[in-house]
Amino acid sequence: MATIVRDPSVPTQTHHEVTRDVVNTLGTAGRGYLLLLAGAVGLFLVGIGTFIMLLKDGLGLAGYNPPVFWSVFITTFVFWVGIGHAGTLISAILFLFRSPWRTAVYRATEAMTVFAVMTAGLFPIIHIGRQWFFYWLMPYPNQRWLWPNFKSPLVWDVFAISTYLTVSTTFLCVGLVPDVAAARDIMSGWRQKVYNIFSLGWKGTDNQWRHYSRAYLYLAALATPLVLSVHSVVSWDFAMSIIPGWHGTIFAPYFVAGAIYSGVGMVFTLLIPLRRVLKLEHMITDYHFDNLAKLTLFTGSILFYAYLMEYFVGWYSGNTFEQTTFWRRAFGPMWWGGWTMIICNAFVSQLLWFRKIRTNLTSLFIISIFINIGMWFERYVIITSSLGNDFLPFAWSQMNPTWADWGILAGSFGWFGMWFLLFARTFPVVAIQEIKEQIPYPRLRKGGH
Amino acid sequence: MARTVPGVLAAFEHIDAACDAIQALRAQGRTDFTVYAAAHNHELEEAVGLPVSPVRLYTLFGGLTGVCAGVGMTYWMSLDWPLLVGGKPIATIPPYVVFMFELMVLLGSLSTVVGIVLLSLAKPTTGLAYDPRFSDDQIGIFVPCAGAEAASLERMFKDAGSVGVRHAA
Repeated sequence: MATIVRDPSVPTQTHHEVTRDVVNTLGTAGRGYLLLLAGAVGLFLVGIGTFIMLLKDGLGLAGYNPPVFWSVFITTFVFWVGIGHAGTLISAILFLFRSPWRTAVYRATEAMTVFAVMTAGLFPIIHIGRQWFFYWLMPYPNQRWLWPNFKSPLVWDVFAISTYLTVSTTFLCVGLVPDVAAARDIMSGWRQKVYNIFSLGWKGTDNQWRHYSRAYLYLAALATPLVLSVHSVVSWDFAMSIIPGWHGTIFAPYFVAGAIYSGVGMVFTLLIPLRRVLKLEHMITDYHFDNLAKLTLFTGSILFYAYLMEYFVGWYSGNTFEQTTFWRRAFGPMWWGGWTMIICNAFVSQLLWFRKIRTNLTSLFIISIFINIGMWFERYVIITSSLGNDFLPFAWSQMNPTWADWGILAGSFGWFGMWFLLFARTFPVVAIQEIKEQIPYPRLRKGGH
Repeated sequence: MARTVPGVLAAFEHIDAACDAIQALRAQGRTDFTVYAAAHNHELEEAVGLPVSPVRLYTLFGGLTGVCAGVGMTYWMSLDWPLLVGGKPIATIPPYVVFMFELMVLLGSLSTVVGIVLLSLAKPTTGLAYDPRFSDDQIGIFVPCAGAEAASLERMFKDAGSVGVRHAA
């Protein structure tokens, strides 16, 4: 006897239940949420305190030592830019591919993108030491009326990151308008007044949907190449130089795959507790996590291949400095960092071949922590090991992070977490209107469209 | 306070009923009605029969402006005070493609948003009757009219399967 299999991408709720359940997440905060927020604010304050000390006493407090002048701050910058990529992949690229499983998770991942890139943007400013001259990063002439060097990948990066932040924020805000209007219509009192302002007069008329749906498509189409370009540009910060271990043509695809991999890892870390705290278990289901895990497996496998190729190319180059750099990454003083990145990224991701692991949230959460650690270490190893072992063996040195490095790193997690949690309580964290698009309206007559 | 537009507002729970009502309005030669829905819906879009949004022209204009701005900015600033760096040409295309691309995406996106705002303002919703259920689970149709016409429209909506009709005055 034939059985009817329900399409897991079609939500089981009615239109009204979707509105009610998502708008309910905007209500009074529970104890779990407040504890998470307090933790995030605490870490942020640690970061603020450390930053004040850095302002007062200078960058010497961080572990800068010749020849390693790019270390934890640049590592963390690349880490947070990478985190953002999964959000845009899920919200823009999977939108163009009409992937139905993205709808329940894309709003949260899009917000993650905005706050991750916002966090990343702080790091070049912290890193430059004299923060009051940060505007020199923009195309602004200096005292000699010289413009920035547009052939430098560092200037490319300024444009890439600021465009990415602007476009992903725009994309998030545009997507929010109909959902904020739905929240406005269900609320009362001062909350309704506030949401009325943010809904920008949205009423869901045929004319509004006509322009909105097209515009959203074009925004997704513009954001799609942006995802691939931003981390390519970040990779060129390294690859355009001649430092051993950096000067590789593999860097752009290697960094993009790594960025998406790390971003999906962070999606697990955020969504698994969040769906519980906001009581959204019936909307963000095993089906969504299973698909996210497959994406993690895919990008993790690309990363595995990139690691193998990186070592192979290092050996095949015949360049002593290149070969020594990779030898030292695996067996030199940085061996612990090198193996942490390989185990956490290349090997741990392979566990996701098993469906039982992909649908077990505890396993996924633990794996996501490994991914976060592994991807931070990947950037740390690439940056500090190459700088520490360049062309002058007598100057070889080791990066030793100090309390100031760890304080700023902890502060960045607090800053990111604080904004993300505040967003999750203030705006619909699940896209109401896109979920409703998947639920067919009832019909008077039998038969479909 | 905005002046209320007199007319008839009908609410529907069934998509086929709402599409029937829209087609009946179009058969009468009406184009001044407004349809409300909680989500973008292709069936409603086809029934209303509006042409493709011209917002794409804003995207195209913004994108092209971005590319031109990228070319102009990099060339002008490089040539304003020529600096020879690493034996490379003073102004050269390959590294500047990054700026052209980034500014194309940036201005293309921002002009798309400007497009939504301007095109939506071109058909204002101020004064049109509305019900909060239209952003929840019902489809709404508002037709501006008065007097005897309102009564005949109310009958037509009820025959089509409307779950509620009210007059706005």
